[in-house]
Order: sequence, then structure tokens, then C-alpha cells
Amino acid sequence: MYDAWKILVGLAIFLGLFTFAFWMNAGKAAPIPEPKIDTPEIKKMAEAERKCVEDKHFMRTTHMQLLNHLRDQALREGNREYINQEGKKYHISLQNTCMKCHSNKKDFCDKCHNYAGVSPYCWDCHIAPIEQPKGNEL
Amino acid sequence: MGVKVSLGVSLGVVLAIVVIALVGGEVSALQPVFGIFVPYAAFVIFLVGFIYRVVDWGRSPVPYRIPTTCGQQKTLPWIKQNKIECPSSTLGVIGRMILEVFAFRSLFRHTKAEMASGNIVYGGSKWIWLGALAFHYSFLIIAVRHLRLFLEPVPFLINGLDLVDGMFQIGAPTLYLTDLLLIGAVSYLLVRRLIVPKMRYISLANDYFPLLLILGIGISGVLMRFFIRVDIVSVKELTMGLATLHPVMPEGIGAIFFVHVALISTLFAYFPFSKLMHAGGVFLSPGRNLANTNRAKMHVNPWEYPVKIHPYEDYENEFREKMKDAGIPVERE
Repeated sequence: MYDAWKILVGLAIFLGLFTFAFWMNAGKAAPIPEPKIDTPEIKKMAEAERKCVEDKHFMRTTHMQLLNHLRDQALREGNREYINQEGKKYHISLQNTCMKCHSNKKDFCDKCHNYAGVSPYCWDCHIAPIEQPKGNEL
Repeated sequence: MGVKVSLGVSLGVVLAIVVIALVGGEVSALQPVFGIFVPYAAFVIFLVGFIYRVVDWGRSPVPYRIPTTCGQQKTLPWIKQNKIECPSSTLGVIGRMILEVFAFRSLFRHTKAEMASGNIVYGGSKWIWLGALAFHYSFLIIAVRHLRLFLEPVPFLINGLDLVDGMFQIGAPTLYLTDLLLIGAVSYLLVRRLIVPKMRYISLANDYFPLLLILGIGISGVLMRFFIRVDIVSVKELTMGLATLHPVMPEGIGAIFFVHVALISTLFAYFPFSKLMHAGGVFLSPGRNLANTNRAKMHVNPWEYPVKIHPYEDYENEFREKMKDAGIPVERE
């Protein structure tokens, strides 16, 4: 090969860049996040009533679009009533409805958001709940 | 091949991949094939094929200097040399390569011939340069952004890139600027081939296919992010499995994800065999990476060997007696 060392250095950089993720992850396991749904408010509910506004699959995949839509409906159209697929009515409010059950931002929202590298801009306007770090309770 | 055939074949292949992945993605027994086996196979083909092509080029001799000279070469001391457009030193070549690789200098030189009041006039035409730049950089940013699915914890810089890319906070999930740029730029590159008669004339299926493939990747990605949502946590479970070499196939990932992955896998596997190899080729292009020292230095063809010669003096030494016998005059007795 002509100019062998130059080409080999180039190929080493190429290989390094493209297999970067493998080296970074070598010997590491990536635990799947488990968002916690064991807040006092959820525990108070009877088993059968422990449901979010829509079904689990829809909420897992599409909650951000629902939240965005509800934000527009509440703040831009002034309509704070949401009727879900089952016909049940909810008052639209992140802090008083959503966060009433899911009061554990750190153990619920942040778990998956950090894992997936998502930084939602909810907290640009809303005040994040103050939570005691685990094991540090007074 | 006419444009109908070239475009038809390319579109047909891309659509066939989409349909196969759509059908296969719905069958849970086939999901590991589309989610694990195909991506790994495509990635290995890409790495091995890419290295093979580069080594193959490296083994090809370039006996003499053939740099493209785009400026005044080094000459008499009072004539100013263009050190980057016609480099005579390694430093100049490095400068030229940096401009070529990062700023597409040669596309910036693109001109368009037009008739103006009976005369032919050459004017600068920067659209192809701008389109190529927008396409390559948005594709790069999109690829780097996808590292959030292959690294855990997600590095600060990747999160930062995500935030900057979605900085207008349009909708949730936020609209990425690079998504718009990539689809816009690829569409431009495709439309340009289709509507400019000269471009259409020289375009082949292997020009249309990569453009349609990348357009398909962009569209399926945008669909998955904004319209046909999939559970990103399950997706990352799969991609982290691939990156840690402990592949797992989580349940409940929508078929659109398999379409996206099948198209990307096709791009990876197709890459080493296609014009896309210009990614490696630009570095090995002798028109760019050689200093213009054609006459300043002695360049010897590497396969030149001492040619056997038989000059008249040797000839006469060999046949002198016979020549004398035959009465042929000789120079030396």
C-alpha cells in the first residue's frame, strides 16, 4: 500500500468514530428505567381506579403531544375541560391534575426523560415540585 | 436508461424495502430479524466494505502528480503563489483538504454558462454548494443526535445538541431544525436532477436511489417522531442492547420503527458499493491531496524498472567478426 501509515491512521479514525458507542458501553449494562407509580395519591385509589387519563400505551408513546395539545386548549382557548376516550371528564391542569397523582417528578418524569435524553420545556414556565432526596428525609 | 426507468427502479426498491419492513415489523417472530440481525449485518458490511475500498485505493499506484491546479503555481519569487488553490507544500495541501472536506470548496467553484446578448457568460452558481452543505451538515448533526439512543448516560454534549436543534420549541416533542433542513436539501438535490435537463440526462438509477433512500429515512424518522409515535424507552432498550452487544427485542415497538431501521440498514450495506464512498474517496483523491511539485521535484514511477537496451556498440562487439566476413563496414576494428 502506498502512503500506508497515512491511510491506516485515517482508517483507524474512521473505525474509532463508527464503533465509538461500542467502546463507551463495553462491559456496561444499561438498566431500563422504571418510573415509579407508588405515590401516596395513587396508593389511596382502589386498584380498579388506578388509571391515567388515557391508556398506558397511548400515555407512554404520546403523552407529550397530549400535554402540548391540552396546554394550547387551556391557555389559548381558555377551555380547561378534557373528555377522554371513555367519556370521563378531567380538569386540565399540569400541577393540579397530572402532578396530583404523579407528584414524584424525580422518580417518574425524569427517569425516562434522562434515559432517552429528552429535556421537556414544561419547567420553563411551571414550577417543579420540591422533593426531598431519597434517604435524606428529615 | 431513461429517467422513467432509473427513477422507477430506485423508487420501486425503496418502496419494496418499506413494505417488507412494514409487514415484517408486524410479525413478532420476524422482529428480531429486522431489529437485530439486519442492523448488525448491515453495519459489518459497511465497516468491512469501507475499509476494503480504501485499502484497494491505497494499493493503486499514482505514478505521477496529477493535482488540479486552481490558482497560480509556485514560480518566480515576484509572482504571488496561491498557496491553497495550488499548494506546493504539505501545509498547503492540508489547508486545501480542510476547505474541501469541511466547506466543499470545489462545489463553491461551480459556474453556470448563460447566453447574454449573444455572448456566452460564465457566472457563479452557488445553489448546489449551499444544498450540499445543508444536506451533509444536517445529516451529520442528525447522526450525532442519534447517539442518545446508543449511550447511557447520555453525554452532556449530545443533550446540548438536541436542545440547540430544537431551540424554537415548536410543539412537543420539539421540531428539529435539522429535520427540516435535511428533507428540504435532499428534495432540492432530487428535484434538481429531475428538472434540469442536463442533470436529468446524466443521472442514473445509482444517483436517484441514494437520494430516495435518504429521503425515506428522513420521512420515516419524522413520521415516527411526530405522527406515528413509538415508545422511545423500548426503542432505546433495543438500541442499547445492540450497543452493548447483548441484543434484546422489547415488545410493542411499532412497525414504523422497523421501516426506519430497514432503510438505514440498506444505506449502510449499500454504502461501500456506491458513489457514497466519496466520503472516503475525498481523502484519497489525487487531484486534491497531492502538492503541485510536478517540476520542482523528481518523481519516479514506482513500477519503473531498468529497461534492457542493446546499443550499437554492443551490437558491433557481438557481431564484429561476422560483419567483417560479410564485408559490412565496422566502426572499430
